[in-house]
Amino acid sequence: MNIDRRDFFKVVFAGAATALTAPTAQARPPKELSPDAVGILYDATLCIGCKVCEVECKAANAMPMSHDTPLEQAHGVSGLWDSGNDLNSQNLNKIKIYANGTAEVKDRELDGYSFVKRNCMHCVDPNCVSACPVSALTKDPVTGAVTYNPEACIGCRYCQLACPFNIPKFEYDKAFPKIVKCEMCSERLAEGDIPACCDACPTGASLFGRVSDLLNEGHRRLTFQPSERQEYPVRRLDGGETRTAEVATYYPKIYGETETGGTQSLLMAAVPFEKLGLPALGDESRAQLSETIQHTLYHGMMAPTVLLGGLVYAAYRHTHEDREETSGDQDRPQDGEGRGHD
Amino acid sequence: MKDVDTFPNETAMGPYLADQLDIRGISRRGFLKFTLGITAAMGLPFGMSGQVLAALEQSQARPTVIWLHFQECTGCTESLLRATHPAVETLILDLISLDYSETLMAAAGHQAEQALHESLEKNKGQFILVVEGSVPMRDGGIYCKIGRKTPQQLLHEIAPHAAAAVAIGSCASWGGVQSAAPNPTEAVGLQEALTREGIVKADGTALPVINLPGCPASPYNLLSTVLYYLTLKKLPEVDAKGRPTFAYGRLIHDNCERRPHFDAARFAEQFGDEGHRQGWCLYKLGCKGPETYANCPAIEFGDVGANTWPVGIGHPCFGCAEQGVGFHKALHEQSDVESVTPSSLFPEIFTEHAGGVTVGAAAVAGAIGGGAVVYAVGAHKQLKQLEAETATSAASKTEEEVNQ
Repeated sequence: MNIDRRDFFKVVFAGAATALTAPTAQARPPKELSPDAVGILYDATLCIGCKVCEVECKAANAMPMSHDTPLEQAHGVSGLWDSGNDLNSQNLNKIKIYANGTAEVKDRELDGYSFVKRNCMHCVDPNCVSACPVSALTKDPVTGAVTYNPEACIGCRYCQLACPFNIPKFEYDKAFPKIVKCEMCSERLAEGDIPACCDACPTGASLFGRVSDLLNEGHRRLTFQPSERQEYPVRRLDGGETRTAEVATYYPKIYGETETGGTQSLLMAAVPFEKLGLPALGDESRAQLSETIQHTLYHGMMAPTVLLGGLVYAAYRHTHEDREETSGDQDRPQDGEGRGHD
Repeated sequence: MKDVDTFPNETAMGPYLADQLDIRGISRRGFLKFTLGITAAMGLPFGMSGQVLAALEQSQARPTVIWLHFQECTGCTESLLRATHPAVETLILDLISLDYSETLMAAAGHQAEQALHESLEKNKGQFILVVEGSVPMRDGGIYCKIGRKTPQQLLHEIAPHAAAAVAIGSCASWGGVQSAAPNPTEAVGLQEALTREGIVKADGTALPVINLPGCPASPYNLLSTVLYYLTLKKLPEVDAKGRPTFAYGRLIHDNCERRPHFDAARFAEQFGDEGHRQGWCLYKLGCKGPETYANCPAIEFGDVGANTWPVGIGHPCFGCAEQGVGFHKALHEQSDVESVTPSSLFPEIFTEHAGGVTVGAAAVAGAIGGGAVVYAVGAHKQLKQLEAETATSAASKTEEEVNQ
């Protein structure tokens, strides 16, 4: 097919004009946190790396034990009871380690180490929910937990590509695979219980509470002086259970307070979050950007209509000569059919 | 009543340990079992139990020991005398020549001081100095005096002539309970006192100090240390804090009988609750096992026996053996978890996903991919051929038409 440059530009300008002149070309407003949204505040300086949260997570979500664990790889043995070495379709929650140099002292960037807990961040404006074409992933309007409906899922795995934290996992090893991710123990939440990881954590490193309260707690911790002793709530912020611990030097930031429009899983640590595998994301959700573009383009179906019209026009113009030729070529009407019959 | 005169006089039995064991009703078999056990406790291979046995029975080589008491409760000596293993105290007291011990010697006053003086003269540079209790550094050490002498004076007098020193108990190792805040006497352990006072051996070299912390120290660990020395003729390997690695090489947490409960998140929340009655992990009650190095889970605390070490009876470890933990942290306070070589137990932040493709999977994928390529090439050829044929036939047809 030959499109001359002139025709091509006609189409392009038609589309561009539609896109740019649309009166509704304004950004979609960012999604707001539900006032009752709940979340998890993970404080790496309190974490002792006992992996109890992983154990209870598996129990609460009926996940099988996994092999191929770091322990087994390190010691060349098999059959150890430990969870896998990363988040996967059988691990919704994983304690990882940042170790630098001699890794002597906890919560130190150089020659130190720090734990980090990885699980779904339950974004306020989740990219996966935005990307899901069938609303298999939804955000609970009250708790804000991002939950999954396997009945709706078509297995396109757009959510995996959309998530900036690499959280949704796919059951590649199953004939009828599902997406697997932390759903903040929504069934337990519905019964008035708290997520299994927070319930199990003996030190309060994983703490459950209302997101707004957790942020206040996080800012309270940022005012602590290093090496003083402070009370830390355990399990849930409003549960009254506390413990005393020595304050480490906090990295002055609560990860998730603003990242990608805010997340309901919040993290605090003594080392920079990039070192802990938490990407430096802007304050705006990618979902907001992509939805702004999409919704603008498709507003009133104007852009598609103009694009299609342009294409039809171009096709018409292009085939004009052919049509003229055909009409003026009456003496060979059976030319095309003749070949087919042979 | 037994006729005292017919009962064999222990001291008249000569240097043969086996005879003395007979007197105490310990069978040879029981004694050999004990020897095997203590060989293992020292971290030596089983094959060396013969040498250990020889060292045990060879009473001639008894090293002289001068045992000093400073600021302490004599609990270490008491627990030594009340050990439940077959005559641990007998073995220790038979293996060494205890020339001076304020608790155990019959003499008192000037007689005792004289014994000390004589032993010192006779065994210069050869005896082992055992210290029980801390040294008060404030006001020149006037808070503890033996025979009008402060610990500092005694150490200046005795320590330079010792071959080696053993600091038994937490007080002598790092200050113990007296060093707890506000530490009114500025109590420190033996090593610290020697350093601060600048005391070295007479030949100018540093006096080696072996710390056996614990409140009280396990007599088993003292026996193991003495036996190690007698068997191998050298002092055992020690860690950075001067503790024998065979006894203090591992965290209590690592060998704890309740460890599986910790790993499975089964914690006793309160004393007497369901979890506590079920024997669950005591971490949340303030167990200091995760930050205390000692062999209590293996040989039990204080050699009392019958699983009566603190964790065994449902009490959190107090951390008595660990400097900065026992007497320094509150009992209920949760401990920090010392993670030894953490990186091997946890995945790194950016994990390389192991496994990848198996040979079988690669073969299957290769076969399918190869098949597809072969098919595609074949199909392409066929298509080309078909097109060529069609073109030829069309051309010939056109020719025919033209010819017509």
